[in-house]
Amino acid sequence: MDITTIIHSLQAKFPGIVVGASADQLIITKEVVKPVFEFLKNGPAAFTSLHSITAVDRKDTVEVVYHVHSFAHRVMLTVKVILGNDQLEVPSLTLLWGAADWLEREVFDLFGVRFEGHPDLRRILNPDSWTAHPLRKDFQMDGIVPRPVK
Amino acid sequence: MDFQELTINMGPQHPSTHGVLFLQLKLDGEVIVDCQPHIGYLHRSIEKIAESRSLVQFMPFTDRLDYIASMNNNLGFCLAAEKLLGITASPRAQYLRVIVAELNRVASHLLAIGTFAQDLGAYATPLFYALRDREKIIQIFDKICGQRLTYNYLRIGGVAGDLPAGADQLIKDFMAYQRRILPEYHDLLTGNVIFCARSKNIGVLPKETAINYGVTGPNLRASGVAWDLRKDEPYLVYDKFDFNVVTGANGDSWDRYDVRMREIEESLKIIEQALGGLPEGDPVAKVNKVFRLNGEAYMRTENPRGELGFYIVGDGGPLPYRLKVRSPSFANLSVLSAMIKGMNISDAVCVLGSLDIVMGEIDR
Repeated sequence: MDITTIIHSLQAKFPGIVVGASADQLIITKEVVKPVFEFLKNGPAAFTSLHSITAVDRKDTVEVVYHVHSFAHRVMLTVKVILGNDQLEVPSLTLLWGAADWLEREVFDLFGVRFEGHPDLRRILNPDSWTAHPLRKDFQMDGIVPRPVK
Repeated sequence: MDFQELTINMGPQHPSTHGVLFLQLKLDGEVIVDCQPHIGYLHRSIEKIAESRSLVQFMPFTDRLDYIASMNNNLGFCLAAEKLLGITASPRAQYLRVIVAELNRVASHLLAIGTFAQDLGAYATPLFYALRDREKIIQIFDKICGQRLTYNYLRIGGVAGDLPAGADQLIKDFMAYQRRILPEYHDLLTGNVIFCARSKNIGVLPKETAINYGVTGPNLRASGVAWDLRKDEPYLVYDKFDFNVVTGANGDSWDRYDVRMREIEESLKIIEQALGGLPEGDPVAKVNKVFRLNGEAYMRTENPRGELGFYIVGDGGPLPYRLKVRSPSFANLSVLSAMIKGMNISDAVCVLGSLDIVMGEIDR
């Protein structure tokens, strides 16, 4: 199975999935996050490995970016979920992949995205006493991070 | 007689946690009931720093991620940047990159083996063997780029400079030496009764669990998955070389040691072929120093510890809008608490040592 066949089979099952900027990139809504990833993992495409979860702060939206990998078909797929800035919540994938536990904690710590259903959503890199999410673009760095000399 | 649960704090300052890792262990007698790793003591917000540095300026920061294998980090970042910018390095630069990356893999695996044996109580001797041989590689790197630990040798589009005179002879001497000396490691450790008793069938990581937790690199191959990006998704010129993907049978701590030992031999094979086929030409990059970054790119490479990924997002300006580092040790450590539950506390250090983590790339 190559990447286009996988995407076609996914689009047949879940209408409304959009192909992103490149052919191995999908944009899905947060309502279908759980069924889409369940299909990706347990379906014929066999994306058994959750490679990484990260996010990009686009100021008015936050993109949560998943990279999943299939050993069987030797392909990697990028899946994006775009969240409104006022509703940073997305279903957790901890029931599907053990790897999701720490990866989601990291995204929560750095971006403030809440993963619904995560059993232990605590900060992972920064101290628990922090209230800020440092990789957000509105994070005030002054006084904390030294600026490069101009 | 009834027992009560005891909580033990292992780390953050502990000789066998390989950096500042804090494990909260709940014990019932000697058996680990629960393990809660706490990380972040080495967090330097490298991903945030990247947003205020150009790609060229960011290169030295990648050295500080997995500081045992800086060349491989340079390589991963270079390839991600080149993928985003559509640049290809000259053939000579690609061969040089393979040579330094594989030399650094040997150095990294040597240190992993040495510290693992040290963790098991083989006091000093194996570690000194490893450090003695790693020193030879460090001296080669010192000659090539003037640094011993944080090399910053690779550049976007090429390398910083050609091999200096005499360096290829040093590498050839090292390979002959290392091939001669490897049987000594096997005599000392591989069949050693105490070493086997401490590591065989300890910390068995089943194939399914490893994949489920995103474990990669030698740890995954020790569990029997023949997956190596150098073979399966070849980058640079790895597809031109003849080498094997080493796998283990049981996925226990001994297998993880053994896979690293055999990978050293495979790396030496690659270095030999790359050095033999080194094409002529100029390896130094002839590209701009300032780039406009458009779109996004994700590139992963096979680091000594697993798959290192760089995800670079540009917004048309010279600075990355977002730069994510997917570090292999992060995933490799996240499986630890699942592995050591129900184990004796004395084996926790064995499992941790066999996973070969570096805190620099976990905390970033």
